[in-house]
Amino acid sequence: MKTCLIVDDSTVIRKVARRILEEIGFEVDEAEDGKEAFEKCAKNMPDSILLDWNMPVMSGLEFLKKLRSYVGGEMPKIVFCTTENDIGHIAMALKAGADEYMMKPFDREILEGKFLGLYQD
Amino acid sequence: MLEQSVAIIARFMQQKAGIQLSANKIYMIEARLEAVVKRFGFAHIDALAASLPMAMGEVQQAVIDALTTNESFFFRDQKPFDAFEQALLPQAIARARDEDRKVRIWCAAAATGQEPYSLAMILAAKKHSWLHQGAEIVATDLSQTALSRAKSGLFTQFEVQRGLSAQQLVQHFTKIDEQWQIAPALQHMVQFEVHNLLHNPARLGQFDTIFCRNVLIYFDVETKRQILTHLARQLPPGGALVLGASETLVGVSDQFKPDPNLPMVFRRPE
Repeated sequence: MKTCLIVDDSTVIRKVARRILEEIGFEVDEAEDGKEAFEKCAKNMPDSILLDWNMPVMSGLEFLKKLRSYVGGEMPKIVFCTTENDIGHIAMALKAGADEYMMKPFDREILEGKFLGLYQD
Repeated sequence: MLEQSVAIIARFMQQKAGIQLSANKIYMIEARLEAVVKRFGFAHIDALAASLPMAMGEVQQAVIDALTTNESFFFRDQKPFDAFEQALLPQAIARARDEDRKVRIWCAAAATGQEPYSLAMILAAKKHSWLHQGAEIVATDLSQTALSRAKSGLFTQFEVQRGLSAQQLVQHFTKIDEQWQIAPALQHMVQFEVHNLLHNPARLGQFDTIFCRNVLIYFDVETKRQILTHLARQLPPGGALVLGASETLVGVSDQFKPDPNLPMVFRRPE
């Protein structure tokens, strides 16, 4: 079973995303900000991460850059999930090492498509 | 909605578009025609139905548009696009080179444009291989409204997130206000035209590959045969017809044979 860490300061987003990801076979854990997410990754690296951009303590982009330079941090597939919905932000996220990008609001079909797409051969 | 109204609308769609509307589609008919009722000032859907056979062309077209436009998304089902990129396109380029002509692809049920633009993205990535011959995609649909949207190349945030990767989005789109505009280079590869699949497509010319996915399911067997005969005439021997994942030609047509190596691909016999 693939694991996914949901990193978002919104409990509603975490709850909705958790339900959908569990239904498509992911084992899910949650973090409220980049700092907590990094601590969890350092202990147990997940297969994938659903990552918000704007969060207190440590933003999604800071977390991503820190994770990608950490031993083993190149492994998780990372899907940004944010209200930042312009080309500049998407390009910046991809350059920093994100695998995919999802703009809020999203629906079940989009979330499923992005995560199932990560593991297509 | 009166039973009689359902019958009138069903008969109209059968005659004009060859599409069968079953009785269990009443909810869909009511929901989709609500906007047409309001737009043309009918008191209710039964009034629209009663006047439909004698109505102005504009009203009739609006009804056809409302009842035929289906949701689409980029790279839907993925496998046919892999088959196109890896096998059908190289074969088409080789054939076009031998005959010294353009590579020609037909999307026969283009709806709002996601399928032809997906193919255009593949063509753009392989431009070096067909540049000498040239390539074009002809995208047709029965719905003028759907084609107008397709031609505009504008998509909503939800639409660009269905089937497109973030990389493809950055590469092929720009954001204009709240919408996403496909690159002009891709738009120029696609030629949009209204076409009814019941009619002879000879004016569209010959093609190397025809995509006609998830549309034959709306027709009865006789109409399917008629459409498949039309499509077969537009393909050379060995040319490919791509159908939807749940579609089969068993018992419907012997003008095509399934390609043993490519799912959803059917060939004109050599």
